[in-house]
Amino acid sequence: MNVVVCVKQIPDPAVPGELTSDNRLKRDGAKAILDESDSYGVEMALQLVDKAGSGEVILVSMAPNGEVSGLRQALAMGAARAILISDDALAGADALTTSKVIAKAVERAGGVDLVLAATESSDGYTGTVPAQVAELLGWPSLTFAKHVEIADGKVTIQRQTENGYDVVAASLPAVVSVTAGVVEPRYPSFKGIMAAKSKPLDQVTAADLGLNSISAGQSIVSVDAAPARQAGEKVEDDGTAFERIVTYLEELKVI
Amino acid sequence: MVSNLSGMTAKSFSPTTDPEIRAELTASVRKWVEREVLPVALALEHADEYPEALVEQMKEMGLFGITVPEEYGGLGLDLLSYIAVIEELAAGWMSLSGVINTHHIAAGLLVTHGTDEQRSSLLPRMVTGEMRGCLSLSEPDAGSDTRNISCRAVRDGDEYVITGTKAWVTNGERAGLVALAARTEEGITCFMVEKDPGVAYGGITVSKNIGKLGYRGLETVEMLYDAHRVPASAVLGGDAGVGKGLAAILSGLEVGRINIAARAVGVARAAFEASIKYAQQRHTFGQPIAAHQAIAHKLADMGTQLQAARLLTEHAARLRAETGRAEVEAGMAKLFASEAALDIATEAMRIHGGVGYTTDLPIERYFRDAPLMIIGEGTNEIQRTVIARGLLKRYAIEE
Repeated sequence: MNVVVCVKQIPDPAVPGELTSDNRLKRDGAKAILDESDSYGVEMALQLVDKAGSGEVILVSMAPNGEVSGLRQALAMGAARAILISDDALAGADALTTSKVIAKAVERAGGVDLVLAATESSDGYTGTVPAQVAELLGWPSLTFAKHVEIADGKVTIQRQTENGYDVVAASLPAVVSVTAGVVEPRYPSFKGIMAAKSKPLDQVTAADLGLNSISAGQSIVSVDAAPARQAGEKVEDDGTAFERIVTYLEELKVI
Repeated sequence: MVSNLSGMTAKSFSPTTDPEIRAELTASVRKWVEREVLPVALALEHADEYPEALVEQMKEMGLFGITVPEEYGGLGLDLLSYIAVIEELAAGWMSLSGVINTHHIAAGLLVTHGTDEQRSSLLPRMVTGEMRGCLSLSEPDAGSDTRNISCRAVRDGDEYVITGTKAWVTNGERAGLVALAARTEEGITCFMVEKDPGVAYGGITVSKNIGKLGYRGLETVEMLYDAHRVPASAVLGGDAGVGKGLAAILSGLEVGRINIAARAVGVARAAFEASIKYAQQRHTFGQPIAAHQAIAHKLADMGTQLQAARLLTEHAARLRAETGRAEVEAGMAKLFASEAALDIATEAMRIHGGVGYTTDLPIERYFRDAPLMIIGEGTNEIQRTVIARGLLKRYAIEE
């Protein structure tokens, strides 16, 4: 059972972000970190491979400047090896370009049974890459998994919905996006952290993956600050406030 | 040239752990502390409850083997990495650094002075935390005054018979291995006494946990040895080690002092960081209290003390790693860092005012934990004596 986990190395959210002159998130500042939403996929993959009794967890990441800090965090958790796509030509890549690159990297990994990804990254938030990767590979796409099981060449997930979950199954190989909470990510052991530095890292360019004429695919025209929150409505309690609150919640369709 | 203190330790240091790895390990412990320790430390500490679940996680992370060479299953990290880990643990909850301190002193004794057989038999069990180590030197009437050690070990065939009372044994109950200082005919001998965790084993009886001002949650006990028999092979270093235990233990205690200094840095950092945050949040007279000079100057002094404490501690660790001994520098680090921690914890209380005095915040815990460091591993009064003695030797003039 070989599982690829798509992991994104993002600027540390604890450090205020900056934009480049062409409106992209500046990524060459401080060390990147593993997107926390990807740590769930890494943990899930480790558990699935462990349960299968053989195979390995392979990380795939696309990042500028040969960035490996975030990959090392995932390798420390126990992943066996990583494929890093680092190429200036991919700077500012849109979701589809990213997906093309990742799909090719999955093929390069070889013998992959399952691809796991977070439902969306914590910096880009497009939430479209997992499904696009599945389409490009011609594999089934299962999304928003809060539980994943593998048996008899099939993957079965519980797909999180507003009211509960759907049970969705597909044949392998497949691409599954997992939610935070699918499993509790482990803390890397000290041994894991020390071993991570010497694990195999396959750094490639787009051309190495056979993508010879690829470009960002988008340009960001402008970035505006999110509008300030509007002042809310104040309800003074004259004994009937609860009725107005109930009406308000009903209008929002939350009750 | 007494002013030329830099000349004392002008050595080239060569720590062995890759600094990048060290930074990753430290960051990993910090993350664990933030997520797992801080949410529960207040309640566990107030209840004086042993942090069973946290200790299990510490085992899984590998913290019980960090200083042990890789050939015995440890991680072989250098002392700088060790103190970085200790600082992180102590910044979250000082007691956690005590869970592994004497364990690592005991392991260090084996690494440095143990026989091959002792090392290969004990260390692989210690690195996983399956076997917990502790150190037992103090007695009710003998602490730093080691000449007063009255616990005796008498040879009887292939065994020694140990009789005496030991005091202030951290982790004494849960330990499976006690590095014990006992008097033999030849002098003080260090015995590596194996036992089962618990309140009684053979001739050993463990008292109940002694109540303490701070440093709560882990046991500090008295241990009574009533004609407890150990094999002669339990002597640290084998037959060659008989009568040579004190020098070995005192050397091991240097690491203990560096550990205490690192703990003090951890507590001081936590108190300082809480204070500098609070001073910007809390407003009086229309401005944050950090804008009042009375508070700002406190923050300046606290930050300076903290930085100096950390640098002294790192310096002692480097020196010890490089030369094998750092008696004076370990004492200096322990003395300065612990006094700094006590000052900083007290100032943190003043800056927080009434809320700092409540049990809702950890400020009162820092205030209660800090005095452990001015007393533990040799009081600061003893440290000054050791430092002065060392300096006078180093700067002796010819008459």
